[in-house]
Amino acid sequence: MQQVFKRPTSLKDVQTHFCSGCHHGTIHRLVAEAIDKYGVQERTIGVASVGCSVFLYGYFDIDVVEAPHGRASAVATGVKRAKPENFVFTYQGDGDLAAIGTAEIIHAANRGEDITVFFVNNTTYGMTGGQMAPTTLVGQKTSTSPYGRNKAKDGAPVRMAELLAQLEGVAFSARVAVNSPKNLIDAKKQIQKAFQYQVEGKGFSFIEVLSACPTNWGMNPLAANERVGTEMIDYFKLGVFKNL
Amino acid sequence: MTKRLFVKGNEAVAMAAIEAGCRYYFGYPITPQSDIPEYLSRELPKLNGEFIQAESEIASINMLLGASATGVRAMTSSSSPGISLKQEGISYMAGSELPGVIVNISRSGPGLGGIDASQADYFQSVKGGGHGGYHIIVLAPASVQEMYDLTMLAFDLADIYRMPTMILADSVVGQMKEALIANKRPVRDLPAKDWAVRGKGGGEQRVVKSLYLGDGELEAHNWKLHAKYQALKEQEVRWEEYETAGAELLVTAFGSTARIAKTAIMMAREAGLKVGLLRPITLFPFPEKALLEQTKTCKKVLVMELNAGQMVEDVRLSVARDAEVSFYGRPPGAGSLPTPEELLEQIRKHL
Amino acid sequence: MAMITIDEQRCKGCGLCTIACAQKLLVLSDKINNQGYTPARINATDRCTGCALCAEICPDVAIAVFR
Repeated sequence: MQQVFKRPTSLKDVQTHFCSGCHHGTIHRLVAEAIDKYGVQERTIGVASVGCSVFLYGYFDIDVVEAPHGRASAVATGVKRAKPENFVFTYQGDGDLAAIGTAEIIHAANRGEDITVFFVNNTTYGMTGGQMAPTTLVGQKTSTSPYGRNKAKDGAPVRMAELLAQLEGVAFSARVAVNSPKNLIDAKKQIQKAFQYQVEGKGFSFIEVLSACPTNWGMNPLAANERVGTEMIDYFKLGVFKNL
Repeated sequence: MTKRLFVKGNEAVAMAAIEAGCRYYFGYPITPQSDIPEYLSRELPKLNGEFIQAESEIASINMLLGASATGVRAMTSSSSPGISLKQEGISYMAGSELPGVIVNISRSGPGLGGIDASQADYFQSVKGGGHGGYHIIVLAPASVQEMYDLTMLAFDLADIYRMPTMILADSVVGQMKEALIANKRPVRDLPAKDWAVRGKGGGEQRVVKSLYLGDGELEAHNWKLHAKYQALKEQEVRWEEYETAGAELLVTAFGSTARIAKTAIMMAREAGLKVGLLRPITLFPFPEKALLEQTKTCKKVLVMELNAGQMVEDVRLSVARDAEVSFYGRPPGAGSLPTPEELLEQIRKHL
Repeated sequence: MAMITIDEQRCKGCGLCTIACAQKLLVLSDKINNQGYTPARINATDRCTGCALCAEICPDVAIAVFR
């Protein structure tokens, strides 16, 4: 027998700090598989953001620059402009990318920076303990929306993949999920496609990945996973919104 | 014979950056520094460099962070309110030990304030304007020639000490035209950037970061940064002395104010008054020992600033036990700079 | 012929593999690993098809698949 599934080379063989049932681990692996598939490990520079994903350098065996909260796409812009021959990606959460880093992501996308952005949407601020995020669903209770997100006061959740797809500079924008085998296989395909865009120098590629946060949702891992497939996908539709 | 140019201080900064090998600039328009991005937006593309007019000061300092992390020479520039926005990124760069040059052609505040010359950014420049307790190197040019020379020096110091380095000037120095000798970049032994990210390329993983969560890690990191600040105080302090021999009153001023003070001192010397000038060129590291040295013979120090009293605190810390320190300053708002006559009157008053 | 191995110490007992397996061969065990979780284990190993969906969905890369 041959081993047909194993840890990607660019993913370090270490225990992660992620909670049980958190999808970050899965998304990390899919990104690492794409790094291996395209053979770019030796020339990849990752940009870590602030949040649960800050320890990117602890899990990926690649060079990493750590960005201030929300600024990953600006940092990646600086990296890529200085080193256009390198493969550059950011990995950001929803608070990081869709709240404090909104200006940075929109303008990096609009300039069509030749970078790849992985956006992990779990409808909450994970690292700080489950506060309301720009992607928190209407009615969802969090530690700072104890009565549920109120659309009239807090606005509706932001759909980043659709929003960015409208910008001229964006070559590829898609939303995927990793909650079921079917969605996961598609996520793998789209993540690899996002890589391909940069490898071929086609411009800015964006992948939003829906993720469970069992701990801050107050759910067990299976219930949280279920929520991704029902409530989240119902509002955050999966699909490819831009594919130049 | 070396050619003399007639250029603005801001242009001299941009020219020096290019001569220093800087090919990456990230900025945002703000008066009175916009000549710098305008010049570089024209010149950098000719040199295969990159110029980005960013969406904000925050984005531009983070682009600088990213570019610097790859080991290239890069720069941003702004003016006071924009520097406030950059402080977040400056703190991260300081924590991540990244070089990079930040130019502050400061204006008056607080808030939107005004666009007239001001030295009210002394605190936010030399005291670690962002969070976390750090310093950056701060150079204070007082002429167009120094705008050029100190910008080139800033790139070297940033690389040697792996620290953000700031040029702190104002519109007097930035907007005026003076003769400039555009010297070639001095040859200097610089440390290899063996920390810069480049894609592993078969080597060890490199990480540029400021997060230290392991037990004792952050304390050790902070002591390491502190040791660099001490080394700067030993090795890189720069200042100018003018007519200090036999002075009974020592005027201390930096940048634009030092120029006016110099004229006042010339007038004072002509009138037979024993007064000299010590002009800090590095604001951090501050010329503490040079000031103390002066107080062996001169017991009165008069600090002049274009603010309500900032550098005077560092002067007092340096010499308070050995000399009487007084202050004359004007916060901006009057619409005019102090005249040499006005400063001469203060000199007479304090002698 | 196929088989999987589960790294019991890496497994965080989230149970996602139990819903990914079309054959329903995976269950959480009663024992506690050194992280404090109850890791997954496989029943009726002879029925494993080696489809690798359990490994794909595992957030902790704790499953290796052989065919």
